Amino acid sequence: MAGMIAIVVTLLLVLLLARPTGLYMAKAYDYNPSGLDRVYGPLEKLIYAIGGIHQENQTWKRYAATLVISNSVMILLVYLVFRTQAYLPLNPAGIANMDPSLAFNTAISFMTNTNLQHYSGESGLSYLSQMIAIVFMMFTAPATALAAVFAFMRGLAGKPLGNFFVDMTRAITRVLLPIAFVTALIFIAQGVPQTLEPAAVAQTIQGGEQTIARGPMGSFLSIKELGNNGGGFMGVNSAHPFENPNAISNLIQILLMMLLTTSLPFAYGKMVGNAKQGRVLFVSMAMLFIVLLGVSLTAENAGNPALNAMGIQHEQGSMEGKEVRFGVAQSSLYSVVTTASETGAVNAMHDTLTPIGGMITIANMMLNTAFGGVGAGFMNVLMYAIIGVFLSGLMVGRTPEFLGKKIEGKEMKLIAVTMLVSPFLILVPTAIALFSYPDTLSNPGFHGLTQAMYEFTSSAANNGSGFEGLGDNTLFWNITTGIVMFLGRYFSIVALLAVAGSLAAKKTVPETTGTFRTDTGLFAIVFLAAVLIVGALTFFPSLVLGPIAEQLTLKP
Amino acid sequence: MQTKTSMLSGPIIRNAVKEAFMKLDPRVMFRNPILFVVEIGFIITLFLCFFPGAFQGSTPAWFNIVVAAILLVTLLFANFAEALAEGRGKAQADSLKQTKKDIVANKWVGGEIKQVASTDLRKGDIVVISQGEMIPGDGEVIEGLASVDESAITGESAPVIKEAGGDFSSVTGGTRVISDQIKVRITSDPGESFLDRMISLVEGAKRQKTPNEIALNTVLISLTLIFLIVVVTLPFFGDYLNIEIDVPVLIALLVCLIPTTIGGLLSAIGIAGMDRVTRFNVIAMSGKAVEAAGDINTIILDKTGTITYGNRMASEFIPVGGAKQIEVGEWAAISSMKDETPEGRSVLDLMKKLELGYNESSASGGEFIEFKAETRMSGIDLSDGRKVRKGAVDAIKRWVAAQNGIMPTDLDVAADKVASAGGTPLAVAVDNRIYGVIYLKDTVKPGMRERFDQMRQMGIKTVMCTGDNPLTAATIAREAGVDDFIAESKPEDKIAVIRREQAEGKLVAMTGDGTNDAPALAQADVGIAMNSGTVAAKEAANMVDLDSDPSKIIEVVAIGKQLLMTRGALTTFSISNDIAKYFAILPAMFMLAIPEMNTLNVMQLGSPMSAILSALIFNAIIIPLLIPLAMKGVAYKAVSSAQLLKRNLFIYGLGGVIVPFAGIKLIDLVIHLWV
Repeated sequence: MAGMIAIVVTLLLVLLLARPTGLYMAKAYDYNPSGLDRVYGPLEKLIYAIGGIHQENQTWKRYAATLVISNSVMILLVYLVFRTQAYLPLNPAGIANMDPSLAFNTAISFMTNTNLQHYSGESGLSYLSQMIAIVFMMFTAPATALAAVFAFMRGLAGKPLGNFFVDMTRAITRVLLPIAFVTALIFIAQGVPQTLEPAAVAQTIQGGEQTIARGPMGSFLSIKELGNNGGGFMGVNSAHPFENPNAISNLIQILLMMLLTTSLPFAYGKMVGNAKQGRVLFVSMAMLFIVLLGVSLTAENAGNPALNAMGIQHEQGSMEGKEVRFGVAQSSLYSVVTTASETGAVNAMHDTLTPIGGMITIANMMLNTAFGGVGAGFMNVLMYAIIGVFLSGLMVGRTPEFLGKKIEGKEMKLIAVTMLVSPFLILVPTAIALFSYPDTLSNPGFHGLTQAMYEFTSSAANNGSGFEGLGDNTLFWNITTGIVMFLGRYFSIVALLAVAGSLAAKKTVPETTGTFRTDTGLFAIVFLAAVLIVGALTFFPSLVLGPIAEQLTLKP
Repeated sequence: MQTKTSMLSGPIIRNAVKEAFMKLDPRVMFRNPILFVVEIGFIITLFLCFFPGAFQGSTPAWFNIVVAAILLVTLLFANFAEALAEGRGKAQADSLKQTKKDIVANKWVGGEIKQVASTDLRKGDIVVISQGEMIPGDGEVIEGLASVDESAITGESAPVIKEAGGDFSSVTGGTRVISDQIKVRITSDPGESFLDRMISLVEGAKRQKTPNEIALNTVLISLTLIFLIVVVTLPFFGDYLNIEIDVPVLIALLVCLIPTTIGGLLSAIGIAGMDRVTRFNVIAMSGKAVEAAGDINTIILDKTGTITYGNRMASEFIPVGGAKQIEVGEWAAISSMKDETPEGRSVLDLMKKLELGYNESSASGGEFIEFKAETRMSGIDLSDGRKVRKGAVDAIKRWVAAQNGIMPTDLDVAADKVASAGGTPLAVAVDNRIYGVIYLKDTVKPGMRERFDQMRQMGIKTVMCTGDNPLTAATIAREAGVDDFIAESKPEDKIAVIRREQAEGKLVAMTGDGTNDAPALAQADVGIAMNSGTVAAKEAANMVDLDSDPSKIIEVVAIGKQLLMTRGALTTFSISNDIAKYFAILPAMFMLAIPEMNTLNVMQLGSPMSAILSALIFNAIIIPLLIPLAMKGVAYKAVSSAQLLKRNLFIYGLGGVIVPFAGIKLIDLVIHLWV
């Protein structure tokens, strides 16, 4: 019961923070002069001056090209840091250079907001790499996505898309840095280490020696959660007592993961000048989220039917792989939040969730619409909204319109191709892995299948959490997931920016009583149906062979 | 032209069956990617009928044969739907072609008549057509007046008058002159005439996919590719779990999942939509125009002939100079007894309506005086010598004054009152006495108000154009319930209104017939020209109404909407069906290897093989079952879009989820007897 109250309180706090944050972001991204310019203007002007950035509007092509090229340059820079970290300063533990395929994977992983980690932070990265490579990307990756989603929303609102560099700068100066700075202090106050000292060496009572890893973790942790990055400083991520010391740090982490992504619908409502448009999407996503959370909690609380059948005391629910500090409720909530927001941080091992609990995490990533990752998730949501509008427009006998713009062949072609990306990036590589590299999976049977599928789903959705137990630091996994993360990220961003560019150029059709409205409860149903039908129909067979078969066959 | 062929007439069906087989040609199939996937599946299964052991298959040969047969039937059904829709168009085209026999034309060359074949006529040639002869090509009357039987094109048996100059000068090739003689300048080269265009349109030869159809097609192809990925990766998943999945079973799953229902019916829906417009006696120049009609925001309507009858009807008798109302009526009626004009007849109708009697015999033996442009009055000279006249007020005044009659002082007041209310006053006089005024009113056609209300609910704004003064225009506008009007409008005004509306992003439709309407017709997104109108108007428009009924634009809008709705509804239905098909096939696929999968067999289907076959059979027979709906279009009511969506989501969305569960279960009950 106490567990449930804690969950309800957490979700109410999320709800409370979403709207003001959204309105703040809409203001932060408004190109018209505002009071915020007085606060951030001087710093931003300095950045523009150093970067030689002219603050002019870009076409969608230019915007998209700037985005992809600047991100690629950052991938290259970070790759070089990983490959030479042994020779660079701030490496008290004397950590060696990363090998090429792992560096390739890791650089893409952090630039794409995925944070899939085929290494363990404490033994694979120097403090310098953690700070100037990993944390650097933990800021620029969500900033890129925020820039993209605001450009997309501007396009839908019929405005010019804006300037990528300005949008990215604003994301960092006005949103990510201030919030991350304050929350880092809170985390440190809660006991998260923030130090450049090497690992501590402690003498155990038996006289043995224990190395206790530590580092500049407070500053790492806040942006890890806020930016929906999710990559752990430590290998076990937020299950580690330093990376998640207590209930308060756990609560703040959950709030941070949800903060930006739940606020975007409100920012959207503000930008298109109709708050209801955003509210409808928020409510739809929240309903999806609550249903998924409910199923997960039920499954985790019910525990393993095989153990129950054997008469083993199991009242706490399924505790395998969970921290006793957090228990079933908080672990289940965290697992749903981290996959719904495409963060990928974990406070329990997803590999040992019950089959259905595990299925919820994977389904969250497949749908990528129960809020989804910062920016990218909401773009995906708007894509489904357009699909929903297209079908319902047909059903009421009008060429479909979304926000007064006609949805025609050109946009639907782009969206049709984007729809294909996620099934392709998840199912095809999983089939290859299962067929060609079955030995890298630690479990045979249904669970092994889920492991492989989880890894690619997590990569394609830019989530980054893992169903551990996978021998993932191999050439095959590093290269394939690297490619999947890259395509999963940039293909849809570019395609959807093209949609925005095409819509922005269209004349606005006036709204009449014959127009199908997209700010009503009816539209929420249409939207959810579009998400579930496309998502569920695509992944149902693979889920049947993975977690569903596993659950059905659990026997003592 | 009222096509008498019903949808199920023998020859059309026989032809469609033949066509269904012809269309199996992969080169034809390739144009419909969804059906092409089915055809490839059919070819692979056909191969497996003879070599059941290929691809490590374990399904028995008979199973492969049955699957192949169902796939073939699925293809044939889809082809049949398309062929049936095309067939209806062709039947129409054939009847048109019969009128396009070779005609001998009397070509006018330098003052002499030379007989040539109609196919040798070129633009600019002049021909002479006499009574009983066929008009050899489209053209414009440059001399003379004739009545022409246009029933071959319009289906309307009453002949129409064609004369040189004015708005009734255009003639269509293949129609017949039934009286008099006209000289016509040919305006089209062979193969480009109205008839030729009409034939190619109804035949579907020129049918291009509309933008909306292309958009939907892309989504459907994308879904097909998604399911292709799902099905192709599935055996690799199975392999890891040591589950063998047979190729025919995979093909069955794929065919069930891809949207074959809508894929098979899509072109039939498009053709049938065009056909519905044609049956309505409107020729659409493209499918795009029909779809655009569904999106119209504003309709510009001419007042006369569209909203009102145009001919003015007597609606009131106003006595002047101390006369009684009954007297005005009596004399008006007597003067109109032999008057065959609509105005005259309306006077008698009004008498009946007001239940006023008059002495009909008093007119017997009298001499009827016809209306003449010079006199501007008509009437009767009674046998007792009295002269009764009705006509324009000033004409009657002059006539009475000539007989030293007295002008009632309230005459002008009454006449002005009528004029300012938008009516036309006719004065009634007997010899030197003026009895009163007949109020002739432009009557709004019955039912217009309801129609405009409906349009408002559909989100369509109506604008009435009239040459009347603002006062008259406002009266009629209020009475008819249009949203807006333009009084004293000139042809330029229409273009200005269209441009203004279009600048706001609206789509505008209008009807017109005169040459001066042509620019506006071209500017409008949907321009409907009246067949009675000029060649210029018809060229500029993207639809031609053969019945020349301007109010038909409203039905055309409904047909456009219905076309889109049918597509949307059947797409939703098709995709919703997949849920049940999954629950039929997936458990069946894995039940042998994982017996626990029976939990997912919610329909409790008899056996794995019967489950797969039942889903596949359902998938096939749903196509012909939906052909009537595709042809007829889903029911359209003029209600708000939210209500429409709710209704269609409920019927085709929820229905699409539930129906296949029941259907597959029923089929399985039968199939399971053998399998």
